Amino acid sequence: MPLFWLVVVLLALTALGFWFGRRRALASVQGNPRHLHSLPIYYGANVAMSIAIPALLTLVIWLLAQPLVIENRVSATIPQDLLPENTSIGLVMSDVRRLAEGLDQAVEQNVMTTAETLALDASTTDVRELLGTVGVALGSEVRPEVLSAAQSYRQLSSTGSTAMAVVCLVLALAGFGLSARHTNKEFRARNVVERGVLALLILAASLAILTTVGIVLSMLFETVNFFGLHAWTDFFFGSTWAPNFRGDSELSMLPLLWGTLYISAIALLVAVPVGLFAAIYLSEYAGPAVRSLAKPLLEILAGIPTIVYGLFALLTVGPLLLNLFGQGENGILGLNWMTGATSVLTAGVVMGIMLIPFVSSLSDDIINAVPQSLRDGSLGLGATRSETIRQVVLPAALPGIVGAILLAASRAIGETMIVVMGAGAIAKFSANPFESMTTITTRVVSQLTGDTDFASPETLVAFALGLSLFVLTLGLNVLALYIVRKYREQYD
Amino acid sequence: MNTMNMLDKTLDTNTTKIAARDVNVYYGETHAIKNVNVEIATNTVTAFIGPSGCGKSTFLRCINRMNDTIDVCRVTGDILLDGEDIYDKRVDPVQLRAKVGMVFQKPNPFPKSIYDNVAYGPRIHGLSKNKSEMDEIVEKSLRRAAIWEEVKDRLDAPGTGLSGGQQQRLCIARAIATEPEVLLMDEPCSALDPIATAQVEELIDELRANYSVVIVTHSMQQAARVSQKTAFFHLGNLVEFGATGQIFTNPEDPRTESYITGRIG
Repeated sequence: MPLFWLVVVLLALTALGFWFGRRRALASVQGNPRHLHSLPIYYGANVAMSIAIPALLTLVIWLLAQPLVIENRVSATIPQDLLPENTSIGLVMSDVRRLAEGLDQAVEQNVMTTAETLALDASTTDVRELLGTVGVALGSEVRPEVLSAAQSYRQLSSTGSTAMAVVCLVLALAGFGLSARHTNKEFRARNVVERGVLALLILAASLAILTTVGIVLSMLFETVNFFGLHAWTDFFFGSTWAPNFRGDSELSMLPLLWGTLYISAIALLVAVPVGLFAAIYLSEYAGPAVRSLAKPLLEILAGIPTIVYGLFALLTVGPLLLNLFGQGENGILGLNWMTGATSVLTAGVVMGIMLIPFVSSLSDDIINAVPQSLRDGSLGLGATRSETIRQVVLPAALPGIVGAILLAASRAIGETMIVVMGAGAIAKFSANPFESMTTITTRVVSQLTGDTDFASPETLVAFALGLSLFVLTLGLNVLALYIVRKYREQYD
Repeated sequence: MNTMNMLDKTLDTNTTKIAARDVNVYYGETHAIKNVNVEIATNTVTAFIGPSGCGKSTFLRCINRMNDTIDVCRVTGDILLDGEDIYDKRVDPVQLRAKVGMVFQKPNPFPKSIYDNVAYGPRIHGLSKNKSEMDEIVEKSLRRAAIWEEVKDRLDAPGTGLSGGQQQRLCIARAIATEPEVLLMDEPCSALDPIATAQVEELIDELRANYSVVIVTHSMQQAARVSQKTAFFHLGNLVEFGATGQIFTNPEDPRTESYITGRIG
């Protein structure tokens, strides 16, 4: 049974179960819902849950596990001497899968019957040509071992699918039967459904957490591999970033970390004052008309994709800075500090513009949350508006504002596109903001793009960099949460 | 209520501190205060009573122009402080509020230390030349607000950590630290327990020696206990204004009598 129809049947059974459970519950009290423990829909929902959840859960797990099991069994049948030099079993297995898919196609297009595919013999038939006629191109001649592996792959798959359909349907029917038997007026269907809802919520929450754990673990394993190939002292304490493919790369994180922090610092220097002042104006001074217009406009900035900011850096800000501080268009200020449009300053300024809505929007909400009574108290003592803001409102809102700034900082540290296009690609230690520099994120991208070999330290270093970045931003977020929590109760 | 006691309260022959003439207040379309005329004397506690929504708090907030912070609020008529119109263009509301202090319904200490809360007003108005003078102002204000003994050992502790009654007395100390001439109190005891209320009431009576105090209250017992003059507001009108003893024992207007005896409210 194809998967689509299996799911349709399961859903139909679920709907039927809902209707049946509701009806049976009502029938058990002669149609008077007052005598039921729960509302009739809860009985229906209980039956529907009992049908759908075990069956669909099994379906999902089966779909995930079946290819793994089959792959294991089939690959065991392939003789070791078939493997050419330097290739892994994975390559042969992908041939097998492709051949199996081709045969599926052939059956679907009625070029051959299922029985014919099983009788196929590589020594008598040109399988490659045959599959070419149904639109499946194979890379090389089909060897008999691969063909037989593909045949057994197809057989196992179809047996597995049938078994899956049977098991799912049996589970669904069993759930139907059991829950329908429970359905009477004493049964506490509402409580059962409530537990089901709870389980659903827990599932959603744990999926998010498990994903995070999965990401960290996958990075951690590759990072461990990297440190097996490359000295950790060089990574953490070296001073040069110079990857090459001769095998003597110097892969130190520090120049990249310096670039990251330098660019982020400039971005915050732009974003924090502008964002904060904008937030103060919007929340304390602006009238409702200005506010309703200006706030969405400011928040549009947050919706612009970072690649567009990158273009802005490349085409507008970079040349502008070059005109101001360098000899572009013969230098407006007559300085010669800057030689190319890509620089720390370019990327920092543009990233700062990107962060303005973050800082302003979050700060605006936080400033608005400061109780009006504090403002009244200060104004009632004869303080002016700006005295009130400086001495009462901002101190009360400070923890939240610090949290907003730290969140903006972790955005800045993780930003990639603007840096690629605005800051250049040279890793170095320098305090000069007019020079090109690069950051951790852009190096991760460049180490992993193109033809890469996942066994070389030059590639694996990307994972170590990624993990370092993760730890850095995680630390900032934890710090932000800590500050917000610690000082929040002061004005509540 | 001990009526004899109230009648005994002497009404000093005081000069007029604040005079309101034909004051009207509008919140957008709503006509919140209608033609109110009232005179508030020096060294007197004046109570504003009336049912909820009758405009007594609104009128109180007109006296130090706190209504300016509300966009839709419009005030017409004259309010004279020492003979000068406070709604005149030349009057700076910020300076006016330094002269007319305010204590709010809910205690609203700033998220600062107790010391800084009290020193806030003197600092923004530059009332002290040095630290020791400021220490004096803080101590004097806290003493007059009857909270000095409770907080003198923890002036650096946050003002928000005090109990509700202590917070309200701290707010009173904060208001009197700027040496205002008039003190407006908007239901200062509504969030307090009876003991704290008694302390604040005692304080109000003492403050009368230096200030004119205007207090809005929902408690008629409180108005009778602390005030010398009482104004009864109803639906935006000032129904009756006179000596507290007279208002509570022999009101002229039937509405006043109904309210005091609990028939309307």
